Amino acid sequence: MRKFALTAIAAAFAVTAFTGGVAKAAGGDQPAPAAQDWSWQGLFGTYDRAQLQRGFQVYKNICAGCHSLRFIAFRNLEGIGFNEDQIKAIAAEYDIEDGPNDDGDMFTRPGVASDYFPSPFPNEKAAAASNGGAIPPDLSLMNKARVGGPDYVFGLLTGYEEEAPEGFDLADGKYYNHYFPGHQISMAPPLYDEAVEYTDGTPMTLEQHARDITAFLNWTAQPELEARKALGMKVILFLLVLTAMMYAVKRKIWRDIEH
Amino acid sequence: MSAPQWNNKVVKWVDDRLPVISMLHHSAYEYPTPKNLSYMWNFGSLAGFVLVTMILTGIFLVMNYTPHTDMAFESVERIMRDVNYGWLIRYIHMNGASMFFICVFIHIFRGLYYGSYKAPREMLWWIGILILLAMMATAFMGYVLPWGQMSFWGATVITNLFSAFPIIGDPLVTWLWGGFSVDNPTLNRFFSLHYLMPFVILGLVVLHVWALHSVRSNNPTGVEIKTPADAIPFHPYYTIKDLYGMGVFLIFFSAFVFFAPDFLGHPDNYIPANPLVTPPHIVPEWYFLPFYAILRSIDFTIFGIPAKLLGVLAMFASIVILFVIPWLDTSKVRSSKFRPVYKWFFWLFVIDTFILGYCGAKAPDDYFLGIPGLKVIVMGQLSTLYYFAHFLVVMPLVGKLERTKPLPASISESVLKEGANA
Repeated sequence: MRKFALTAIAAAFAVTAFTGGVAKAAGGDQPAPAAQDWSWQGLFGTYDRAQLQRGFQVYKNICAGCHSLRFIAFRNLEGIGFNEDQIKAIAAEYDIEDGPNDDGDMFTRPGVASDYFPSPFPNEKAAAASNGGAIPPDLSLMNKARVGGPDYVFGLLTGYEEEAPEGFDLADGKYYNHYFPGHQISMAPPLYDEAVEYTDGTPMTLEQHARDITAFLNWTAQPELEARKALGMKVILFLLVLTAMMYAVKRKIWRDIEH
Repeated sequence: MSAPQWNNKVVKWVDDRLPVISMLHHSAYEYPTPKNLSYMWNFGSLAGFVLVTMILTGIFLVMNYTPHTDMAFESVERIMRDVNYGWLIRYIHMNGASMFFICVFIHIFRGLYYGSYKAPREMLWWIGILILLAMMATAFMGYVLPWGQMSFWGATVITNLFSAFPIIGDPLVTWLWGGFSVDNPTLNRFFSLHYLMPFVILGLVVLHVWALHSVRSNNPTGVEIKTPADAIPFHPYYTIKDLYGMGVFLIFFSAFVFFAPDFLGHPDNYIPANPLVTPPHIVPEWYFLPFYAILRSIDFTIFGIPAKLLGVLAMFASIVILFVIPWLDTSKVRSSKFRPVYKWFFWLFVIDTFILGYCGAKAPDDYFLGIPGLKVIVMGQLSTLYYFAHFLVVMPLVGKLERTKPLPASISESVLKEGANA
């Protein structure tokens, strides 16, 4: 009897692993980005607040020039360790369009905690016009919206090549990237050594910047990650105890039945 | 069985006027169940449990979801970020769809292995197939609701299948869409139907259980209950066994919800729908992959019937054929335990569906498992061929030719024999 249960569980795992695996395995000729170590991986992994704040700095100083972050409000920054006053100060650095006022006019005012990050372009047409026809995608969900997730984002940011390989026909205004599908990407290499000034002594290398912004974007994509895993641990521990008890009761009830 | 006598006055008062308590007592308490059911018989009640879970989580999602092309994606993100435990409700619902199909697929394979479709259980089997069809429709429409790239393009590809039918095809698709492309009217009607269908499924489940309780459960020997010694009351024996199974299953379910919530989904669905950008690979959810592979494997015309129409017909036929297997299977013996030849074909069929699933996930021109020269499309065609041959050739022929092993005289006898061997 136990054998059947085990077979069924094993089969269920096999089915999901197999189908999930093959569903992911679609892609072009670009290599799979190398797997990186991230602090939030594993059953107990959590975000590194200092890293998220450095990543936020990278977003604010570099990415935000072209990329929106429309699902993140300033108030959400509590999740990366800022307190209320810091959040108010950060929000106030931004000009937010509001209105219409009683005269029917739109006006700008300093941001408040409940505002969302303003988009760098008023609309998609403007975004495309300023970027050679390519629309810089919103970054809120980037780490969930690409095969490979954070490994892909990190790979892309560090995967630029100054010269395309010989024989590769690189179009005007495009850059060669190892991991971008088709290798031709419209985004110029955004990061370089000392692109952002860190104040906590962390080395200001391109790679470190890429690692930090990827961590920040993982938080924007899955802000619930820590709460989710913590609750998951409790739920599964509870279920293990409950199931063991059910099993014991089952054994007892069935004791006298030939089956 | 006579109606039980109730001592509690309130219970008796109610039951004398509407015997709902007696009915529950009959079907969930004293229902005589074969005493030799294996854990493979747990998946029916598990599927029922997932259905209830889906309805409950769905009701709460609807409270926060906006069925409009401009707001659907945002409203889902709002659920994930701003609604209290919204991420939990949505991840349960999202992964619950996969869990539902895992339970139901195992349940169906169990029915196939033990001949649970044979007389007198044909109606029970049919209602089960109707539930599968209703589930597929529900899952498909539900996947459209977040209005991500895969939602939009999946909806476009699947609804376009209906254009394969001659003459009525194009008007039919326009009618389904409520316009000339997948757009806001499509999203709205899918939302409406996605809310309706689970209750249709619930009604079908009631019929399914009703049919089950009039013909009684099959069992691993495939031999009917003959004496009272063959059966035990449903409660407490199977209630506790189902509860134990549910615990194991919930651990499996929770592992996905809490630790790999997006594993079974496609990353493209976190990109908002864009009618102007087609994703490089449009892949359905995993539970549709075998059927998708059958659809795509028909890339040739027969008697001037276009490949697309043939593919659509083959895909529908792959499920509709299940309705007639009570008559395609000519064997007098139900359980494959006593069918030494058919047993192997059964497992071949299981492997075949996995291969179809793999082919459905890959591009047709990829190589099957990376084997040079073996294209996915070819492997998909061979697997499709076996899928239908299994029902149309293997089932009738093996049933006639096979020498089955002797059946036990009764469930009790088989139980005692196995006990002696163990």
